[in-house]
Amino acid sequence: MLAKPSESCNTVEVYGNDIPGLLGEVEAAETALREAAARDTEAAHGEAAYFDAVIKADQKIEPRDWMPDSYRKTLIRQIAQHAHSEIIGMQPEGNWISRAPTLKRKAILLAKVQDEAGHGLYLYAAAETLGVSRDELVELLLAGRQKYSSIFNYPTLTWADVGAIGWLVDGAAIVNQVPLCRCSYGPYARAMIRICKEESFHQRQGFEILHTLSHGTEAQRAMAQGAVDRWWYPSLAMFGPPDADSTHSAQSMAWKIKRFSNDELRQRFVDMCVQQAGVLGLTLPDPDLRWNEERQAYDYTQPDYDELMRVIKGDGPCNRQRMAHRRRSHDEGAWVREAAAAYAKKRAADA
Amino acid sequence: MPDNDWPLWEVFVRPRRGLSHGHVGSLHAPDATMALRNARDLYTRRQEGVSIWVVPAAEITASSPDEKDAFFDPAADKVYRHPTFYDVPEGTQHL
Ligand SMILES: [Fe+2]
Ligand SMILES: [Fe+2]
Repeated sequence: MLAKPSESCNTVEVYGNDIPGLLGEVEAAETALREAAARDTEAAHGEAAYFDAVIKADQKIEPRDWMPDSYRKTLIRQIAQHAHSEIIGMQPEGNWISRAPTLKRKAILLAKVQDEAGHGLYLYAAAETLGVSRDELVELLLAGRQKYSSIFNYPTLTWADVGAIGWLVDGAAIVNQVPLCRCSYGPYARAMIRICKEESFHQRQGFEILHTLSHGTEAQRAMAQGAVDRWWYPSLAMFGPPDADSTHSAQSMAWKIKRFSNDELRQRFVDMCVQQAGVLGLTLPDPDLRWNEERQAYDYTQPDYDELMRVIKGDGPCNRQRMAHRRRSHDEGAWVREAAAAYAKKRAADA
Repeated sequence: MPDNDWPLWEVFVRPRRGLSHGHVGSLHAPDATMALRNARDLYTRRQEGVSIWVVPAAEITASSPDEKDAFFDPAADKVYRHPTFYDVPEGTQHL
C-alpha cells in the first residue's frame, strides 16, 4: 500500500512542492481499486492466477509472492538500469561542485548530488528484494553489461548546464517517474515515491539557476540559452524510442510496471516546458514548436533517435569518461570497504 | 568482492513522537553502528524521523513465504471482533 505523504512522514512542509499533491491523487486512485481487488484475488486459485488477479486489480506484488520469471527479470533490468543512472548521474553535476559560483549554490548542489546517490541506493535495495545482490549489479555496470540513462553521457560545459540539467533532465525524470509510483511491484513503487518527493527540489533549483542567469547580464543570459539549446533534445530522448520502435513496452504495460507510453510521456513533458520556458524568458530550440488546437497539445520536432541509439551503444560524448571515472572511484574506495569489514569482524570477535 | 562481508539491514524510522517506527527500506553496512549512520544519511536527510532502528535482515522471522496464506484465514470468520458486527438499539447514545 502506498504511504500517504501527509501521514507517514513529516516531510510535506519540508519538500514544499506539488509532488505530494500528485501523490495524493495516486493514493486516491489506489484506494478505489483496493476494495474491488479484495474480491477478485480471493476467488483466484493457483499461483499464476493469483498473480494475474493482483495485477488486474491494481494491487501490489510483494517480494515473496510468486511471480513469472520474465516479470522478475524485467524488473531487475529496469530497476538496476535506473539505479545505475542515479549513480552515474552524479558525475555531470559533480563536475561543477568545486566551481559553483557561490557558497549557497555549492551547498545546494552538494545536497542534490547526495540525493542522487540516495536514489541509487533506494533502487539497489528495491532490486535486491528480487533476489539479486547489489554487488552483482555493480559488477554488471562496471563490466558494461548493464546500461544507464544515455543523458548522462553529455558534458556539462558551463555553470548554466547545471541549471538546464535540474530543469530539463530532472524535469523529464519526474514525468517518467511519477507514474512509476503506481508500478505493480511494491518495493519499486515505494522507492519511487521517496525519489519523486526529492526530485522536485532538484527541478526547482535548476529552474532558479536558469532564471537568475536569464535575468542577469547579456553574457549570462546567452549562457543560459546555450545550455537549454544543448540539453533540450537529449532530454526529449530520455523518454526512449518512439512507441512504434519500443521493444519492451507492451508487456510492461500489461504488467502495470509502465503506465504510459514513451510518446505520451514525452508529449506531457513538452507541454509543461513550453510555459516554463516563457517564464524563464528563454526559447526552446525548435522552430516547429507550436500549439495544435485540435490535439490540445504542442507539435514539436522529435529528437534524433539515431543519435540516441549511438549514445546508448557507447558512442556518446562522455561514455568512456563516465565509465572510467566510476571504475576508478570504485577501485579507490575498496580499501574503505575492506577496512570497515575488518573492523566489524574484529569487534564481533572481541564481543 | 569485499562488500559481500557487509550484511543487509532493514531500517525502521519513527517519523515523530507518538508514532510507531515504520519500515522504510534496507541498506548494507559492516556493523550496527555504521548501519545506523548510513540509515541516517540515506533515510532521514529531510528530518523524516526522530528515531531509527536497524535490524539485521537475516534476524527477521517472517510469517510465511507467501503474503497470502492460510496462516491468516482463522481471522476471516471472526466478524464478531469488529464493533460493526453488533446491532445497536435505536436511541442508544455513547456506545
Ligand atoms: Fe534522482
Ligand atoms: Fe534528481
